[in-house]
Parts: sequence; C-alpha cells; structure tokens
Amino acid sequence: MISERDVLHIAELADIGIIREELDEFTGQFNDILDYFDILDQVEAGAGAETGLYNVFRDDEVVPSLPPDEILGNAGETEDGFFRAPRVM
Amino acid sequence: MSSVSGSPAFKALEGDDEVIIGLEVHCQLDTRTKLFCGCSTDYRDDGPNTHVCPICLGLPGSLPAVNRKAVEFALKVAKALNCRVLEESEFSRKNYFYPDLNKGFQISQYDKPLAVEGWLRIEGDNGEKTVRITRVHMEEDPGRLVHKGGADRPKYTLVDYNRAGIPLIEMVTEPDIRSPKEARRFLNKLRATLEYLGVFDSEKEGSLRVDANISIQPRGWFEAHGKGMEGRGRTEIKNISSYKGVEKALTFEITRQKNLIRRGQRLETATRHFVETRGVTTASRSKEMEQDYRYFPEPDLVPLRVSDWCERIVLPELPDARHNRFMEEYGCSYNHARTLTGDLRVAEFYEKVAAVDPRIAATWVADTLLGELNYRDMNIAKVSPSHFIELLQMLREDVITDKSAVEVLRVILDQLAEGCQCEAPSTCVARLNLAKTADDGLDAVIEEVTEEHPQAVEDFHNGRKEALNFLVGQVMRKTRGRVDPGDVNRRLHEILSHGGT
Amino acid sequence: MGIFAFSAPDPCNAFITRIPEAEYGDGKLAGVSIAVKDNISTKGIPTTCGSKILEGYIPPYDAHVVELLRAEGAAIVGKTNMDEFGMGTTTENSAYGPTLNPADRERVPGGSSGGSAAAVASGMVAMALGTDTGGSIRCPAAFCGIVGMKPTYGRVSRYGLVAYANSLEQIGPMAANVPDISLLLQVLTCHDPRDSTSITAPYTHTPDPDIHGLKIGVPEEYFGKGVDPRVASIVWEGISLLERLGAEIITCRMPSMDYALAAYYVTCMSEASSNLARFDGVRYGPPADPKKQWHESFQERRRDGFGKEVRRRVMLGTFALSSGYYGKYYAKAQSARRNVAADFSRLFSEVDVLAGPTMPTIAFRLGEKSDPLSMYLSDILTVPANLAGVPAISVPCGKVDGMPVGLQIMGRWCADERVIDVAYAFEEGVSA
Repeated sequence: MISERDVLHIAELADIGIIREELDEFTGQFNDILDYFDILDQVEAGAGAETGLYNVFRDDEVVPSLPPDEILGNAGETEDGFFRAPRVM
Repeated sequence: MSSVSGSPAFKALEGDDEVIIGLEVHCQLDTRTKLFCGCSTDYRDDGPNTHVCPICLGLPGSLPAVNRKAVEFALKVAKALNCRVLEESEFSRKNYFYPDLNKGFQISQYDKPLAVEGWLRIEGDNGEKTVRITRVHMEEDPGRLVHKGGADRPKYTLVDYNRAGIPLIEMVTEPDIRSPKEARRFLNKLRATLEYLGVFDSEKEGSLRVDANISIQPRGWFEAHGKGMEGRGRTEIKNISSYKGVEKALTFEITRQKNLIRRGQRLETATRHFVETRGVTTASRSKEMEQDYRYFPEPDLVPLRVSDWCERIVLPELPDARHNRFMEEYGCSYNHARTLTGDLRVAEFYEKVAAVDPRIAATWVADTLLGELNYRDMNIAKVSPSHFIELLQMLREDVITDKSAVEVLRVILDQLAEGCQCEAPSTCVARLNLAKTADDGLDAVIEEVTEEHPQAVEDFHNGRKEALNFLVGQVMRKTRGRVDPGDVNRRLHEILSHGGT
Repeated sequence: MGIFAFSAPDPCNAFITRIPEAEYGDGKLAGVSIAVKDNISTKGIPTTCGSKILEGYIPPYDAHVVELLRAEGAAIVGKTNMDEFGMGTTTENSAYGPTLNPADRERVPGGSSGGSAAAVASGMVAMALGTDTGGSIRCPAAFCGIVGMKPTYGRVSRYGLVAYANSLEQIGPMAANVPDISLLLQVLTCHDPRDSTSITAPYTHTPDPDIHGLKIGVPEEYFGKGVDPRVASIVWEGISLLERLGAEIITCRMPSMDYALAAYYVTCMSEASSNLARFDGVRYGPPADPKKQWHESFQERRRDGFGKEVRRRVMLGTFALSSGYYGKYYAKAQSARRNVAADFSRLFSEVDVLAGPTMPTIAFRLGEKSDPLSMYLSDILTVPANLAGVPAISVPCGKVDGMPVGLQIMGRWCADERVIDVAYAFEEGVSA
C-alpha cells in the first residue's frame, strides 16, 4: 500500500515533476498496478540459467568523430563549442 | 562536561587513537579509443566537443560497444594486483541525473565486477605491509563541467563531452591504510605498477582521481569490531586529483576530526570536498550520501567471461621484481633501487646510463638528478640519456670534480627548463672552463718526478738540456700520455727555472 | 534511381513527418514506398518518438535498418505516429494526436506502431517498419487487418532505435501480405557490430506454404477468460484451416502465463525509467530553462515534455529498481522471464509452432480504455514472445463486428523462417 507521500518521494527520486492534481489519480493507479505485480512473489528467486551471447568486443581503432555542426546542431544553447546547461548549484 | 570526559571518545583522545583510511582510485586507461565507442582519447589539446559521436554524446538510439583493449588493460591491472577474476562479470547502469552524465546513467560495474580480493605490498610506517584490494572494475568517465557566471551575471554551466566515455579503472582498497604518508606511498606504488604495465600515463592531466575515506578510531577498535565506533563517523573526501593532494587532504582531515573529538563532538558519516588551492576540505552541499543509484545490469551489453583470458596474460617486469634485479644486477643499494624503480621512466633512464658505471650512475641519478629535476618540477623524459652518459664518463675519468658535475647538470637543466636545446656536457665544461686543467694534475706529477729524480734536476740546473727531456719522459709515463708533451716541457721548464720545488 | 512523389491524403493521422519527394535507388526494394516508425533514427529527418520532449530533434545519423533500406533502394516516405516512446496499446498516447483505424475511424488502430499499421492498411504505403516491445507490431497488425512480425531478438539491429525496453524490443516488418514481410526480413536481418546484442543469423528464406506434418501447439491460456469468445471462435476457425492444410493440432499448457504480464511490465518500466533519463534538453530537444537550477529545470521539462503514461511508467520503473524493492520487482521479473523461456523450450520440444489469438479483443473505441491496468492486460497474449525473445507474427484471420482479428503464430528461437511458412500457408489457404 503506497501513499501520496510515497508517490511524491518516488517522483523526487526519479527527478520528474508531477502535477498536484494528478497525485490522487496516480496514487490509486500505482496501488492497482503494484498489487498486480505482487504475483511475482510466487516466482522462485534466481530461477533458470542465462545463456546467450558473451564477450562481444570492438577493436581499439579510431572512428572519426562527428563534425561540429552535427554535434552542436540540435542544441538550444551553445557557447564557444560548449553546450550550455542550467547551473548545478 | 563530565559526560564527555567519561565517554569512550574522550578517553581515546588521550593519545591512543589510530587513523583508518581507505582509498577509491580512478585511473584513465591509456587506450586509443573510448570504452564504448571509437572516438579518440587524445582530446586534451583540442577544443570542446571535438571528440564525440552519437554514442558518447548520448544521442537517442545509440548503443555501447566494449573496447577489447580496455578489457585487456583492466585484466593486466587485476592480475598485477593479485586479484581473483570473476568467472562471469557484467556491466551495470549507475543511474543519476547531472549535466556531465549525458545518458542519465553511467555504465559501470556493480554486482559482478571484473575482479576482487587482491593486494599490494607497500612501505608502511612500520616496515613493509600489505594493503588489500577489495575490487577492481571498469567504468566510463563522465564529461567535464565549467561553471560560469557569478557575481555580475546569472550562473550557468558549460559542458564538454570530450572526456565522456574515456575508460576508467576503479580500484578500491580495504581500510588498511594508517596514515596520510602511507596513502601517498600506496598511490605511488599503484601508479608505478600501472605505468609498468603500460596501461596508464600519469603525465596526462586529470588521469587520476582519488576518493579517500578516513576516520579516527581508538587503537584496535576497528580491527576488533570491523567498523567504526559510534560518534566516530567516517568522512569521504571526494575527487582529489593529485597524489600530493591526497596526503594534504588527509592530513587536514585528521586535524579537523581530532579538534572535533577533543571538543566532545559526534562525527557523523559525511562527504567533503578537497579545495586544492587552500589545502582544506569543505562540507559537501550535495546529497551524495543519500543517493540511490538503482543499479541494474546494462541490457545493451552482454556478460564478460574473461578469467581464462586473464590466466594467459603474461605480465611485464613489475616494480618489486625490478627492484630486486637492480640490486642483483647493478649492485644498487636497497634504497637506491627503490628510488630508481619507483617510476618507470626513471628506471628506464637508469638502465640506459648504468653501463658507464652502475654505482656512480645510481648515485647520480637517484641522489642528484632526481633532486634537481624535482626542484625544477621537470620530468626525466626531458633529459637526454646520451648527455647524461657523457657527464658520468667525465666523472669516472676524473675530468671534472663532483662539484663541477653538479654545476654542469644545473646549467643544462636550466637550459631545458627555458625550452631551449641544451648543450652537451663536454661543450658546457669547455665553455665554463670546468675541466680539471692539465696544470693541476701536472704540477703534482712534476713534483713527484722531480723528487724521484733529484740528479736529473741538478743536471738541468747545470745546463744539461737532455735532463729536461728525461724528466718530460718521466712525466709522460706517469700521466700515461694524457697530457700534451709540449705543455709538459713548458711547465717543467717554468717550475725548474723559477725554483719551484 | 528516382523520386517517389508521396502525396496520398492522411485522414487517419498515420504520419508525423512526411517526405513529399522521397529519393530511391536500386535494389530489392527499388522504388518501394516504406514508412518508418518515428522512434527509429533517420538522418536529417525529425525523429520525435511521438513525444514533445523530442520536438525538433533531427538525428545526425541513420539507424542500421534505415541504412539497409536505403542500400536496397527503398523510398522512405515518412515517419509514422506512435504511442509516446512505445508506451501504449492504442497510439492514443501520442503528443501529435491519435491515429485512427482505417477499418473504423472511431476505433483505435492498436499500438504502439499504430501509424505504421494504418499507413499500410489504408494503402498509403506498401510496407512499414514498426517496433515490438510487448506486442507493438502484432497488436496494430491484428487491429488493422495487416501482417506484422516481431523477429527473434537479436536478428535485427537495434542501433538507432530509441530505446524503451532494450532487452525486449525488436524492429520488425509490417505489410499487406506475408511475401512482403519475408522480403523485408531479407533486408533487415544483417549482423551489426554496433549492437552488442545483435546475432549473426541472416534471413534468406522464401516462404513455403507446405505445412504437412507440422505440429501446432495451442496453449489453453490463449483461450482463457480474458479473451472475447467471438475472437476466440474465429481464431479457432483459422487454426482448423491449418489442420485441413495438413498440420497436427495439439492443445497444451503454459503455466508461466500467470506472471508473464507482470514480468513484462516490471522489466519494461524499469528499463524505460533509465533509458528516458537522457532527455535533459542540453544536447537536443527543447532546451532546459537556463534561469532555473539544474534539478528544478530537469524535473519541469520531464513534467511538461512527457505525457501521463510515460511519467507513470518512469516512476513505477524507478520504484521497481529502487533500494529495497529491486529484489521484489526487477530481480523477480528476470527469474519469471527465464521461466517463460523455459516454458517455450519445453513446448517446442513437442511442437513446432504455437498458435492463438494476437489480441483478446477487437480494436477498442477511441477513449474507451482509460484505466492503465486494464490497458496493460490486453497485452497478455503478446508479451510472452518478447520475454523469451522468440519470433511471432500476426496474420489477418477474419472479422468480428466488421473489425479485423489476428491469428498469432510463435516459433522457436531463430525459427522465423518456420513462422513465416505457417503464416504463408494460412494466407494462401484463406484466399484459396
């Protein structure tokens, strides 16, 4: 059973904003969904063996980097070849 | 204050504490390309964002692909540190949000690192000791941030992803280190080992970063309980980027913590940053200790099964082995051998010049050259081995005195420091007239000869010219022809004529 | 070499970006009009994943599959609408408006590759690429009455596919008939060293309709209580046709179906929560607000740039990976997956392919399904194939209430050829 406060905490952990009005709706939906997920409790932990690919490597050879206009082309804000981001402090 | 004086923390103050230190060392592996893409790692001389591609830029739809060379280098480190390589290891995502981490996660290793349970022998404060290595794993470097703005205009951050994706190896120690000096020695030994392996270039700026954990515990407490005492929390000092910085930061921390303990204060587990320019640690503003990284196996990569590969790896000669060899092969003293093998470039330099005379070479490299280089903050790579050989030869052949040799060395190093091409030692000697002049030695030999042959001297004084020739011959024999006969003749004539005994 | 003039009207809102004059070249697909789902990177062509957060993003590179299409001369005529980042079963979760079902414009086309399905079903294009994480190719194929296939995991490179759930998703072909699907598979199944999960298994097959002696397993769970009886009935008719064509029908059980859906959603939400963390507006997409502090700005643009369903899944995925819950959710989901794969292996030691309905119902009306969990439950029949990585196809199998129904065929790992054969046999049998 998770509460609205739990949902807000999850949103903080995920660094994702939620609209206040949605909080009630989300809390109800999350509880339904997480209740449904409880069926996984019946599964034995560590069951089955993983097979498949392993040791896939690439050679240490230089591949040309992208040209500057393609690197910076999609960015909203740049300065002297740097990307601009909001301040961290 | 009775509660304080009664508490274990206070009692421990009375001189019986020990410092518990653990280190997390990150080194950049010296591969040609990044860990997960083919961008060149040679970015330091180039402008921002010139060594990026969709992968290291974190563009939607890009996928990582593991650099085989990086794995090879990491395995060499694991083997040199005597670790056990896991049968199956895997990459994991470490999720957090920061502008230098453009995917919003760092590809690292968590549950199943490359290798565990290794060790490194170092010079401890009380003799040789073993520092245990908990784990060795690979991860990618994030990008680089430049903070702009401030007092006069709004703050913002500039981001350069050239460094994003550079392969890092992280080596974590058990809290076996007991002083800042031991920490420094551990780092030096580790650095040397990685350089000997050919996987790390310590000259590259920013190629090494250290997080240091430190607490002060009553002596024996940590050993007995496996963790710190209540109220004696540990501090993690993050992102120290120089060897000297580590020693300084730890020294500062010890003082800071001791002061708090003395005042009866509790020390909580905390994160701090080291301010290199001021030599102090400051409280961290970020919530790093509470971070939940939500590790899970990287679904775009497949597991590594590389323990067999590690078995087949043949390691080159490592510092300890080279140390022993220098003592056996060159007759170096224990201490000289330690100094000479403590840095790969120094060791290689020594081996190039040792042929002249291993003992003289050892003294002059370990005691003199390194000191002069250190004073000028210069690297031995700037010094030409053939020039140094010339200098050693002149010393061995007694052409110059020790004092003159040091002077020549200083002149040459100063020239190099200014960025000029330096002169050869012989040129310098000649220019500054530092050679032991023929005269100096000659007078002594002439004195010897005149004392041994008084009859010839008397004959000369009696006008017998052939007596002079005889005496010249005697001098020539004694100096084994290293002096010009004409000079001998002249000097002998001078001395005898002017009555110099 | 030429230009394909793409001017067909788009009443169903199948496309987000159209290329009115698409270049094409020589090769197996010379001059063939192909639509590409908008989560597949196309150099120089906007790629939005149906989301506001990537509005205006123009990739500087082509996905591997796009390179392959171009190399065979295809005319790429546009990028199709989809549920935002692949999260949805109806293409109603798009920031660019829903796509309508050409068979009934008041109904959904299915999702998340609804745009690609509608484009093919309405005859706008000959073929399309979709992506299938939990049924996102097969569902719209079934709802719109076309053929859609999810190849064996790893046979088609994911390089350039904007990741939603890396360990589950595959790019796959959508077309009006099985031979066209087969042709596309020939082009798409090329090993790519840039995708470390890519296997070397090129598809070079020509569909063969002879299924005499083939053993077809029909799991009971595929006809359980959640399935509309009319859909069940018409699919059984389809399976009976296969029997008449010479196959042997064997009923069987798949107990792991009990928790397959939970395992699927925990896995895809967890992976998505991590995959979608990169949209910070620094390198692409609408820029972050420079006046705010980093975390504040990051939170806001995710709040404004992601739709509700995406935000729900990112949060639930974050929760499922978080400290204290990882073992209960994510780790258990992986164990459950291995059980599903083991179930398939067990069944495939007795039968050659499995058959059943693709979807439990016909296409819903627009706006009908508003509750997330009930939406998720409609994926129950498609997710097992993604969990195990096995190939699965949906072929049209009659109508209920005038709406198409899909017959699903699933095969062993790497037996895509066999799956194609069965689908082809059915298609030929129906038209005979």
